[in-house]
Amino acid sequence: MNKMKNENIKAIIQDWVPDLEFTEDSLEYVTVVVPRASLRHFLRKLRDDEQTKLDFMFCLTGVDYPKYLEVIYHLESTTLGLILVVKARTEDRGENAVLDTVSDLFRTAEFHEREVFDLLGVRFKGHPDLRRLFLTEDWVGHPLRKDYVDTVNIVKR
Amino acid sequence: MKTEELIINPQGKTEEYFINMGPQHPATHGVLRLLLTLDGEIVRKVDADLGYIHRSIEKMTEFDTYRQIVHLTDRMDYLSAHMNNEAVCLAVEKGLQIEVSDRVKVIRTIMTELTRLSSHQLWWGVIGMDTGALTTFMYAFRDREMINDIFEETCGARLTMNYFVPGGLMWDIHPNFQKRVKDFIKHFKTKLPEYDTLLSDNVIFRKRTEGIGILSKEDAISFGVTGPGARASGVRCDLRKKHPYSAYDRVEFKEILGTKGDTFERYRVRILEMWESMHIIEQLIDNIPEGEILEKTKAVIKLPKGEFYQRVETARGEFGANIISDGKKSPYRMKFRSPGFSNLSVIDHLAKGWKVADLVAIMATFDFVIPDIDR
Repeated sequence: MNKMKNENIKAIIQDWVPDLEFTEDSLEYVTVVVPRASLRHFLRKLRDDEQTKLDFMFCLTGVDYPKYLEVIYHLESTTLGLILVVKARTEDRGENAVLDTVSDLFRTAEFHEREVFDLLGVRFKGHPDLRRLFLTEDWVGHPLRKDYVDTVNIVKR
Repeated sequence: MKTEELIINPQGKTEEYFINMGPQHPATHGVLRLLLTLDGEIVRKVDADLGYIHRSIEKMTEFDTYRQIVHLTDRMDYLSAHMNNEAVCLAVEKGLQIEVSDRVKVIRTIMTELTRLSSHQLWWGVIGMDTGALTTFMYAFRDREMINDIFEETCGARLTMNYFVPGGLMWDIHPNFQKRVKDFIKHFKTKLPEYDTLLSDNVIFRKRTEGIGILSKEDAISFGVTGPGARASGVRCDLRKKHPYSAYDRVEFKEILGTKGDTFERYRVRILEMWESMHIIEQLIDNIPEGEILEKTKAVIKLPKGEFYQRVETARGEFGANIISDGKKSPYRMKFRSPGFSNLSVIDHLAKGWKVADLVAIMATFDFVIPDIDR
């Protein structure tokens, strides 16, 4: 059942954009890497298109990799039961750690993007209120990055 | 009635001002700070300030083994401790590609439903307090105590159980377990109708909740609201039905759905869910199959490279454990999707235009556990 749905959504996306990169990270969900320039356009299409109707974002994860930061969007359709995982990568971990916001498409992303900004330092262009969420305003650095060293509070073990 | 309709003279508006609700406030049930923008008594904006109990559990997982991580998760939503443990266990089992025995599945399901009952009981006691009825708290704790005793006997703890481990259970159930659970169900079936007479049909309580804070179905989906809060708006989001795990595919129960989406509907859904939880336990308690309680796993678990996501239905909504593994004994990154975090994001949208006292009632029906939001 799930396998059929997965093949289904894969076929739809390949029909739209033939050269997107599918990863085999997850055995359960179809995972697709989207170029950051078309992220917003792609997610909007996934949400509004009759074939996909992925209207529910059930998770948004930020991950720190050596060369870039990655944001993983878990999407589900409340009507069709399809699930798709979309990944977007920033250009680098420094000045260009920027992605477009999707908080106007999925309102839940408003909080989630603030969390990712706070803990990983991805700046979401167009977010209405991009402030730190958990840490204080004067905190230096982003603790979930792999190279973060907290000498005062000893996070590293 | 919305307070805006009461304003007779539109020029007679007061000046907007800010007020702190929390971090120490009886209605936030934990260290949550809400910065309220008020116009008189009307809420204009709710700005949540989080992090007072942030313990960087996600960072800690990167240095812990998978067995240790299970122990961190019940410190998040401590009222859904079993469900949180289950999410990590199932995600790790997914990575190891092992299937636990039927016995484990059934025991896990009974345990999680007992947890849901005890969580909803506490919530019912607390919503009474939030709306000005102190008695409910005592009634709820009387019944909740029985579940805590059952947990104590089998798991060795009353709040942070750590009874589920990757591959099965820590140890087998106590010989008294089945009898005590049946005694509790028998007892609670006579007590749950009391909850209705005491609070559900109370005129003051009805006026405080009916028609207040209406959440539309579209907003519930867009804001990622899950659990009873979303089901009251008619969203079919019960993961026990949608993506069954453990023994939920072999039991019969109803997914309680509402239509109105107001505060009372969210209250009603939770009360009816307690009946369903008892129904699930009744079907399983006499039919616990024989079998292994622990599958063989290596002392230090290493997951293959990849991503393993597990969603479970806690008492508050959807909890997700996302393991991103690079093949080592600790995850490369682990994300917890907590129900309270997404449910909180809707509060600003919901409370706008209502009075401060309504905000308290709205918050009570979402049943926030702050360590679950902050992680």
